[in-house]
Order: sequence, then structure tokens, then C-alpha cells
Amino acid sequence: MKRNDWILIVLLLLTAAGGFTFLAIQDEPKSGRVEVWVGGELWGTYSLEEDIVVDIDGTNRLMIRNNQADMIWADCPDKLCVRQKPVSKDRESIICLPNQIVISIVGGEENELDGVAN
Amino acid sequence: MFRNLNNIQNKKTDNIQNRQKAAYFGVFTALALIFSYLETLIPIHFGIPGAKLGLANLLIVIFLYKRNTIDALFLSVLRIFLSGFLFGNLFSILYSLSGGMLSLAVMAVLKKSGNFSVTGVSVAGGVSHNLGQLLVAMAILETYHTGYYFPVLVAAGVLTGFLIGLTANEVLKRLEGFHI
Repeated sequence: MKRNDWILIVLLLLTAAGGFTFLAIQDEPKSGRVEVWVGGELWGTYSLEEDIVVDIDGTNRLMIRNNQADMIWADCPDKLCVRQKPVSKDRESIICLPNQIVISIVGGEENELDGVAN
Repeated sequence: MFRNLNNIQNKKTDNIQNRQKAAYFGVFTALALIFSYLETLIPIHFGIPGAKLGLANLLIVIFLYKRNTIDALFLSVLRIFLSGFLFGNLFSILYSLSGGMLSLAVMAVLKKSGNFSVTGVSVAGGVSHNLGQLLVAMAILETYHTGYYFPVLVAAGVLTGFLIGLTANEVLKRLEGFHI
């Protein structure tokens, strides 16, 4: 191997390291918002960061904890929204049809993209 | 009369050489396909989704050194299309093609410059291969977010290129004086 090879390798690794540090510095906690829509209208917006339990019109209860939003109680009979797993990523949502409540994450952690590479 | 005989003789050796070259091209294509297949069977993961060693590039590097850029280009394109249709899909062909072409171009230039050994050329090839794919991914997914992958891909390219380069160096040493 020539000296130039090592220079090239070191330069490339430095580039990669620079990229990593750039991303690490830039990587502030991407605080997503939790939007609560009732009957098609924006009812409230909460940060994913703070832990809070929100009572939505007395029909549903939303809990935000560990950067995740979860419906913990609903007065409807099927409780599909309660059984749904917590949401945290961009554009994920929990929907309660009987009470016309939509909870959606805006600008949180990015949703995994579909892609093909093999 | 004498000259004529000489000419015939020359043509004959030319013919034999051409045949030999064609045969070796076939051997290398087959080997490249086998390597591609091997990689689908035993993916060598580096903890990064999609990253692999790129064993077939070993043959491209060897071809680049033992023959020329054009032949390496033919081998690369042929391998990508064949393995793409066999083990992949249209998208994987597109990704491989962009990576393969960029990588080959960079390797050919660096080799011609004479400032780098096989390993350095291979490292540059590995990195540019990944970058070519990243560019296509950006174009297809129409997002800059894939740029987050940039440092990972550069590092992975250095590692795989280095390994392939060391191997290619060893193989080339043993192929010295051997015409393929």
C-alpha cells in the first residue's frame, strides 16, 4: 500500500467522523407535537416531551409519557383506541371513531421510509 | 510469401487470444454472479441495513487491473443486470447500476493517476459506490433525509473497500504473468 492510500483512507474516515459529529450536534431532541382533533376541529396541541394526562371532553383520556402518546381510557364500548399501541412517530395516529377523536403526531421522530436496496 | 505466412500466424494467435479473453470474460461473469448469489445467502452485516461486502466488486477490481476500464465496465453492467433479474428487482438494478458506474469511474480515474495502489483505488470505489446509491435514493424518495446516512455509508464504504482491496491485491499478486 502506498502512502497516498492511507491519506485517502484517513481523509474519508475524517469525513465520516465529521458527518457523525455534525449529525450529533444537530440532533436536538426532535420534539413532536400531539394534535388532538375532535369532530374535525383542532381541540388541543401538546408536546410529546412533557408527561401529561389529558381529559378530552370527558369521553377519552390521553396520556403522554416517555415521548409517546397513548389513549388510556374511552367511554365507547369497543375501546379500539385504548387497545392501540402508543404512537410516537411522525404522522402516526390514534383514532376513536365513536367520539370522532383523532390524535396524531406531528413532526416527531421520523417514520421509517419504505425503500429497497438489496 | 513469407510475409503472408507471418500474417496468418499473427491472425491465428490473435484469434486464440480473443477466444481466451472471451472465455475468461465468461468465467468472471459466472464468478461475479456466484458472489452476488453468495451474498444473498450469507449477508455479511455490519449492523447497518443494506450494507454488504460487495464481493462481486472484487472481480471488477481485478478485471480493471488485468484488463482495462471498458472490459471492467462490461463485466460490471452485465453482472448487475443478471444478478438484478435473478435475485433482485428493477429498483435494486437501478441502485446497483448507479453505484457501480460511479464507483467504476472513480476507480478508473484513480488507477490512471498512478498515485494509489489497489487498496486505495478499491477504498475509493467502495465509498463512491455507496454515494452513488445514496444519490439515487435521494432522487427516488425525493427527500434529503437520506443524507443522514452519509457518514455511515462513507465509513462502510471505506471498510468494505479496504477488505476488497487487500484481497484483490493478494489475488493480483498471484495472477502476475497470467493473461486473462
